[in-house]
Amino acid sequence: MEEHLVDWSRAQFALTAMYHWIFVPLTLGLGFIVAIMESIYVKTNNEFWKKTTKFWMTLFAINFAIGVATGIIMEFEFGTNWANYSWFVGDIFGAPLAVEGILAFFMESTFFAVMFFGWEKVDKKFHLLSTWLVAIGSNLSALWILVANGWMQFPVGMEFNPDTVRNEMNNFWDVILSPVAISKFLHTIGSGYVMAALFVVGISAWYLLKGRDVIFAKKSMIIGATFGFITSLFLIFTGDESAHQVALKQPVKLAAMEGLYEGKEGAGLVAVGILNNKKTLRNDEDTYNFELEIPYALALLGYHDIDAYVPGLKDLVYGNELQGIVSAQTKIDKGKIAIAALEDYKEAKKENNMIKAQEARAVLEKNMQYFGYGYLKSPEQIVPPVATTFYAFHIMVTLGGWFTLLFALILYFSMRKDISDYRLLLISAVWSIPLGYIAGEAGWVVAEVGRQPWAIQDLMPVGIAATKIATTNVMISFFMFATLFTLLLIAEIKIMTKQIKIGPEGEH
Amino acid sequence: MGFGDLELLTLQQYWWIIISLLGGLFVFIMFVQGGQTLIDTLSENETEKTMLINSIGRKWELGFTTLVLFGGALFAAFPLFYATSFGGAYWVWIAILFCFIIQAVSYEYRTKPNNFLGKKTYEIFLKINGNLGTFLLGVAISTFFSGSEFILTNNNFVDWQNDLRGLEALLNPYNYLLGFSLVFLAKISGALYFMSSIDHEPIFNKAIESIKYNMILFLVFFLGFIAWILLKDGYAVDVSGIVFIQENKYLINFAQMPIIFGQFIVGVMMVVFAVFSAIVFRKTCCIKTGGVGIVFTVMAILLNVGFNGTSYYPSTTDLQSSLTIMNSSGSHYTLMVMSYASLMVPFVLAYIAYAWYSMDKVKITQEEIEAPDAHNY
Repeated sequence: MEEHLVDWSRAQFALTAMYHWIFVPLTLGLGFIVAIMESIYVKTNNEFWKKTTKFWMTLFAINFAIGVATGIIMEFEFGTNWANYSWFVGDIFGAPLAVEGILAFFMESTFFAVMFFGWEKVDKKFHLLSTWLVAIGSNLSALWILVANGWMQFPVGMEFNPDTVRNEMNNFWDVILSPVAISKFLHTIGSGYVMAALFVVGISAWYLLKGRDVIFAKKSMIIGATFGFITSLFLIFTGDESAHQVALKQPVKLAAMEGLYEGKEGAGLVAVGILNNKKTLRNDEDTYNFELEIPYALALLGYHDIDAYVPGLKDLVYGNELQGIVSAQTKIDKGKIAIAALEDYKEAKKENNMIKAQEARAVLEKNMQYFGYGYLKSPEQIVPPVATTFYAFHIMVTLGGWFTLLFALILYFSMRKDISDYRLLLISAVWSIPLGYIAGEAGWVVAEVGRQPWAIQDLMPVGIAATKIATTNVMISFFMFATLFTLLLIAEIKIMTKQIKIGPEGEH
Repeated sequence: MGFGDLELLTLQQYWWIIISLLGGLFVFIMFVQGGQTLIDTLSENETEKTMLINSIGRKWELGFTTLVLFGGALFAAFPLFYATSFGGAYWVWIAILFCFIIQAVSYEYRTKPNNFLGKKTYEIFLKINGNLGTFLLGVAISTFFSGSEFILTNNNFVDWQNDLRGLEALLNPYNYLLGFSLVFLAKISGALYFMSSIDHEPIFNKAIESIKYNMILFLVFFLGFIAWILLKDGYAVDVSGIVFIQENKYLINFAQMPIIFGQFIVGVMMVVFAVFSAIVFRKTCCIKTGGVGIVFTVMAILLNVGFNGTSYYPSTTDLQSSLTIMNSSGSHYTLMVMSYASLMVPFVLAYIAYAWYSMDKVKITQEEIEAPDAHNY
């Protein structure tokens, strides 16, 4: 494999994914917010609500188009840039993607057209139903793709077939009901809901600061903040469950999230900290230049037990017999045995030597769980970039806390006083829109950078997963995608801000 | 008795039929692409152009979704194809993807104020998607017959042998036949769709005119393509999975699978009949007949190249690396699970049809487009 190929392949995928994630969260949440508004319209028959619905729907559509465009690239990039991966696990990974197409995408796209062009063509109730179906459809598509992602983090429901040299699904229910998949789905859509609420609240705040469209803004704001407050609580709850799943299934990621080098019982959670960049696995430097720790919180978060032992990076790399933690080197050795056994098996099959084939297969099966380790060069390779994972995690959590507080304050002041008087709060609400995007992206950085070097946890490192291709090709396509996506993003932001300036009373 | 009781081969065939059907549906829905290329030809003024764009603008997402499902279904049902072709013929697929990214935003952004790139750019995007996207898809599918240069390693990982990474398909003039066939077919169906969905005399008349010459161009390339595949050597596979070159393989396939041949003939006749009724009798319903005809024709061609011991994705470098529906499919279990999921397809088609009917029962008129509170693209 050419040097840097995997870096460029990852960069291209990360670029697509991060652009995609600018648009998806808003679709996930705004769909429901718009549906709630339209429900009020249908119930009250008040034209004000129709106008309000249509305004937010316009913004929804501007955002939706580009979400669709980036989404199709993601699906095909599994093939174009991760061909080996696509073969090795396509038997499991492809199914959710196909089901997504059948069950979710058509629902979204069919009713999207009714929602936008059907105001005068279908009756009110069918229109309202269409709006709800768009929201449900987009969330269903999130379900399937996140099941697929969850499966990569915690592969279940399959068996390796040495004849085809791939993993084959043997239990669909294990794949879709995997606790990692479920918690990932719930936490991710939760973040989309919060993002959409921040968007509605922030834009409404902007109108209030400008002193225009006041009633529209206040009513939208209450709907947004209520939706946001409820979903932030949901986000915290599902975040806790996600962290618990990470602790159980991807302890290296958890240790990196916290910069925990030395394992300990009842480990605390660093609420705020700055990492010491001299710290490595091999020295005893302090991990942090500065930290503020909440005692026992990491043990509680990860294992729901304040006395639990939280393994550190050193334990996970070098092993810790006392805690029953196998060293990465042992896993690498077993992985190499598995890879060699696979070659023996293929050889024996070719020679038609069934006895030898069976022996090789037995060895392979015994060591299969560490198959991917066999491709690693050193035990230290199992550690993801600690600083990136650490800061991304802390940014996400801190911002998540702030959003919850923001929604609570807005609700409180909206109910008790005239929210227009609280300019500082309104300004914070406007600025929280970009913060919402940062928090969401940071969350994905934790999930994806934090699981490096694995494309599929323990089974396939990214270097093996990538398509074999001259690096230049991927470099060129990377810059092509970067240019096009950036142009389209600029267009989107310009159109969006213009529509916001035009406001709910104007023509869209 | 469920899908789990079926033989692996039966499931593979079932999934190839579904893939072929999706391929057919996708080519049918490319009337959106074809329509995009006609927005200037068929309009005199901005209002007419807006009517055209709004007519197909309500359908573009279905095409997009069909393409996504086509990809997803191939990934799940024939993962080795997905890995080999997308990873191998890298640039062809990336180019196709680019043509589709620019489509997705263009409808929504074209007439919006402050849209950064300007109205003209988004219209050019629509034309690139309609012409180049359609053409490249045709070329990509044509390699099912002409073959590609790749080797599969003993881990079934693809090792593409040409540095052009798929663009070498453009060096084979035969591949242009299907590429251009699709371009002109899409223009015909686009015009047929406009005739059915827009109530506006000038557009109607121009649509008929455009169908006339596009039909001639289409027939030239399509008959060329058919003649090419029927006369050329094909990639056959025997019962033990050994791939070999067989003379007139695709002709033999039609002869040995008369039902599929019949489907092909009926499909082509329906397209011809639809075009004839549109031109001569000025009928507005021809997109339906023509649409079914397109689905039948494309499906028959894909079934021809997948069934009857044929390699549907042949390697010219290493014959034994060629893909067949037998050696490239998902496992029995996965195909079974997916087959259950496929039972939802009729339900999905039913609600699409219902929504389509509800939206199209009132034709687009000038008044609607010019109404003050219209939501236009």
